[in-house]
Parts: sequence; C-alpha cells; structure tokens
Amino acid sequence: MSANPARRAFLALFLGAAAIAVPAQAETVQVTIDRLAYAPAEIEAKVGDEIEWINRDALVHTATVQGGAEVLLPAKKSGRLVLQEPGSFDYICRYHPNMKGHLIVRP
Amino acid sequence: MTIRLATAAAAIALLLGSNWALAADKPTDQQIAHIAYTAGVIDVEAAKQAIATSKNKTVVEFAESMVRDHESVNKQALDLVKKLNVAPEDNDTSKALSQAAETKREELAKLTGADFDRAYVENEIAYHKQVNGALETLLIPSAQNAELKSLLETGLKLFQGHQQHAEHVATELK
Repeated sequence: MSANPARRAFLALFLGAAAIAVPAQAETVQVTIDRLAYAPAEIEAKVGDEIEWINRDALVHTATVQGGAEVLLPAKKSGRLVLQEPGSFDYICRYHPNMKGHLIVRP
Repeated sequence: MTIRLATAAAAIALLLGSNWALAADKPTDQQIAHIAYTAGVIDVEAAKQAIATSKNKTVVEFAESMVRDHESVNKQALDLVKKLNVAPEDNDTSKALSQAAETKREELAKLTGADFDRAYVENEIAYHKQVNGALETLLIPSAQNAELKSLLETGLKLFQGHQQHAEHVATELK
C-alpha cells in the first residue's frame, strides 16, 4: 500500500467520480410487440431511463399515454422514449386500443 | 334516417347470419382463406370510399389505418396460401359478404358530411363485430392448418382492435 499522498488523492478522486457516475447511468428497458401485445405488459423504470419498443408486427402501432406522450412504432421497427417524469401510466396503441401496457416511473 | 340505417344493419346481420350458419357445415381451409381475404378487401374498399368522401380528420385517419392494416394482413394471407399451395375458393359466404358490402357502399354514397361520417363509422363497428363473431365461432374452429389458424387468431385480435378504435371514433363524432 502506498503512503504517497498524491497517489491517495488521485485514487480518492477517481473512485469518487466513479461512485457519482453509477447512479446517473440511465438504462434502456425493452418492450417487444408481437401479435398485438406488449411484452412485458408491465414495466418499471426510473426517470432518465429510456424505453425501447421493438415492433415485430407487420403493422403500425403506437405507445400512447392518454393526454401524454406518444411514440409511433412503424411496422418491423422500434421507437424510443426517455422518461421525464415519475408516475404510474397506462398506455395503449392508438390504432388498436385493445393493446394495453402499464409503466411505473420511479423518481 | 336513423330508422332506415338500423333497418339496413339488421338486414345485413340477418343476411350474414343465415349465410354464416349455412357455411357452418364446416368450411374448408380454401373457403376460409377466401372468406378472410374477402372480408379484408371489403373493409379496404369501404375505407377508400371514406377517404374520398369524408372531410373529418379523425375519420380519414381511421380509414387510412384500416387500409394499412387490412392490406398488410391480406398480404400475409396471400403469402401463406402461396406457401401452403392452397387456392382460395369462392363460396356462398364470400358472395354474401360482397353483396352486402355493395349494398352498403351504395347507401353510403348517398350521404355527405357528418351523416356520412357517422354512418361509415357505425357500419365499421357493426362490420367488425360481425366478422369477429364469424372468426370466433366458425372460421378459427374450422381451420385445419395450424398456420392458417394462427393467422386467423392474429386477425381476430387485430379486428377486435379495429372495432374498439371505431367505437372510440364514434364517441368523438357525437
């Protein structure tokens, strides 16, 4: 173990920075759409995370929160949404309202 | 006006009802493929009539999504029958569907503006309900080929979605 103060300071700085970086790292949560169903239908994430919907159907879908965000999901393509505010949200496909999903966003 | 439309809807239900029942002597996969394809074509044509006639943004957008979805599913159906090497076969149910659609098209052609919009959307609700009933009780249970059955099951989920979408549009028109 080195007693060199400069090295100790450097290590502290480095580890300190790493410790700060970890909670700030956003994750991507994936939801697959296959045969008109979101899977998983219920997801939990936190503010700053990103949801990626992967549309496997040959149909255009959306992920639409009533009175809120809407992500258009073209056939066989994916779409993304960065979560801005905490809360509990039901979402549907605007074109096929029998497709239902639920999203819990933690602060 | 309302009474006339209701009568027309009842007549169609009766006509289809009896023909679905006739076909209940177990349609073959070839006939099922033809019925499902015909049902899709009819809805695409109805949607094209709506796109050409309606000035309502919500109605036009709904109609556009009908064209998009039914064309996509019918393309999948064509790919499947080609792969399975089954030739879709015309039958009484397909003929009755086409006949009822033609009558409806002529009836809608006499309407404009909000009257057209309401009649088109009401018919979309009734039509999808009718097709969904036939899929659930007759076409899906009768289908022999697993891939055809699976496509019909996806079709049912899709058309149930269309029915709900149409119901939602109808509430906006009130």
